[in-house]
Amino acid sequence: MLKIREKLQQTEVWKSIFRHNYQDTNRNRALQIVDNVFLHLHPVRIPRHATNIGFTWGMGGITFLLFLVLTITGVILMFYYRPAAEYAYEDMKYLMNDVAFGPLIRNMHRWAAHAMVITVMLHMFRVFLTGSYKPPRQFNWVVGVVLLVLTLLLSFTGYLLPWDQLAIWAVTVGTNMARATPLLGHQGPFGPELGMRIDNDVRFVLLGGTQVGPPTLLRFYVGHCIFLPLIATVFMAVHFWRIRKDGGISGPTSNGKE
Amino acid sequence: MHNVWELIHKPDNIPIVGLLVLVIVYTWWSFYKALKNDRQGYLDEAKLSEKIQVWPNLVRVEFLGALFVMVILVFWSFLIDAPLEEAANPTLTPNPSKAPWYFLGLQEMLVYFDPWIAGVVMPSLIIVGLMAIPYIDINEKGNGYYTFKERKFSVLTFCFGFLILWVSLIVLGTFWRGPGWYFFFPWQEWDTHRVVALTNVDLSEFFGIHTRKADNSLNPAALIFGVVIVVGYYSLIGLYWFQKKNSEIMKKLGFFRYNIIAFLFLTMTALPIKMILRIAFNIKYILVTPWFNI
Repeated sequence: MLKIREKLQQTEVWKSIFRHNYQDTNRNRALQIVDNVFLHLHPVRIPRHATNIGFTWGMGGITFLLFLVLTITGVILMFYYRPAAEYAYEDMKYLMNDVAFGPLIRNMHRWAAHAMVITVMLHMFRVFLTGSYKPPRQFNWVVGVVLLVLTLLLSFTGYLLPWDQLAIWAVTVGTNMARATPLLGHQGPFGPELGMRIDNDVRFVLLGGTQVGPPTLLRFYVGHCIFLPLIATVFMAVHFWRIRKDGGISGPTSNGKE
Repeated sequence: MHNVWELIHKPDNIPIVGLLVLVIVYTWWSFYKALKNDRQGYLDEAKLSEKIQVWPNLVRVEFLGALFVMVILVFWSFLIDAPLEEAANPTLTPNPSKAPWYFLGLQEMLVYFDPWIAGVVMPSLIIVGLMAIPYIDINEKGNGYYTFKERKFSVLTFCFGFLILWVSLIVLGTFWRGPGWYFFFPWQEWDTHRVVALTNVDLSEFFGIHTRKADNSLNPAALIFGVVIVVGYYSLIGLYWFQKKNSEIMKKLGFFRYNIIAFLFLTMTALPIKMILRIAFNIKYILVTPWFNI
């Protein structure tokens, strides 16, 4: 058995996939990170407090994990869901009653979404309390605020998709605010003076109509499944990259001066 | 009493209970760490600053953390179904109609401000204000470790905004607001027919100046009164500047940065002020104009 393994490890195919052996040496530990496309997001060495849950709370990482869970479960849900008013609710019923593991996938998607909003907030709270937005990490905090807003928008657009009473009324309450936008809403300060009506103001653009209806469903669906995740991915890439560029995780000794 | 159970038990409210617990635990924990650092004269984080290898030290923590979260998430998803109510019906408005839970703080603000402030201006200022934090907080201390002593003002302000104005208003909106957005105790049955007489007055009327004249046109005296109050409130920025402009902190901040901080700070504190005026004195508007009200 050992012979076969040794033989296997000598083959060209094996060597082309695995670039280093697994002996516990510092060099291999470093290569394990650098040679792996997923792990090379990390530096090779970090200060010990970066692995201390009491310091980091792990909230940023958990947020990213939940984003991945949401992407995977979201893609599965898309196989069963049609974003048209006459089908959407029926598809939900079908998913919850007849699809194998349908409820599990949908529950995971919803609970992970709620959890992600919470972990984003807690991540921000931790970053504030450790003063980690201070130089040189100012801009990464700004990127983080954009990601917070994108998370809320992703959750909000997803809220409409089940197309039940809870969905349309929560979104109605939320989007009603838009008509009070100063200058751009038909009930906002100076809106009517600028020619805003219920059928041409900013809320109309958002909803694709004068109330939450079928065009809103399609708009929110495209926003939820394509537009917002793409934007969020771009900002996440910048966010993670900036952590490295700004000197890794913040700490009393690693303020980017190293 | 079973109303409490009903509220906590509602699938969509469970995350809010979780949020509340987590926020309390983490606030306690971070202040414990901060005060410990302040007291002992050295930093716990500095003691842990020697470099270690990411593989296996960090990867292990990440893996176990991911496992832990996934176990909770899968169990949660097996045990509790996501809500699915009746099909959407635009002609049947539920009472109360609540926004998604993370916007309930903003919805609560609607009681105290008109929609253009509560729904548009305030959220925009929250976002802009958060983004501005790194640029207006010029205190170099407290970078990368828990401390309270070295940055009291910024920590207290953020905690006030996050814990009181954001989290507790979400909890209030979830558990204390019932039909008609009226105030109900969580253990009280929701009475959908409750009517509360609106006895709200404007601030000027509190001092005997009527907002509108007998023919329903605006009373110029009330308008002037309102403008004076609002302008007076924000002119505190300038007053404080003139009093303190020679102090060291003001010189370091500079005129421009100070104005941004003061404006954001006063706008934030306007919310609790307006809440007190409304809840304790039934005051609706401070300034009424033909175009907008504050």
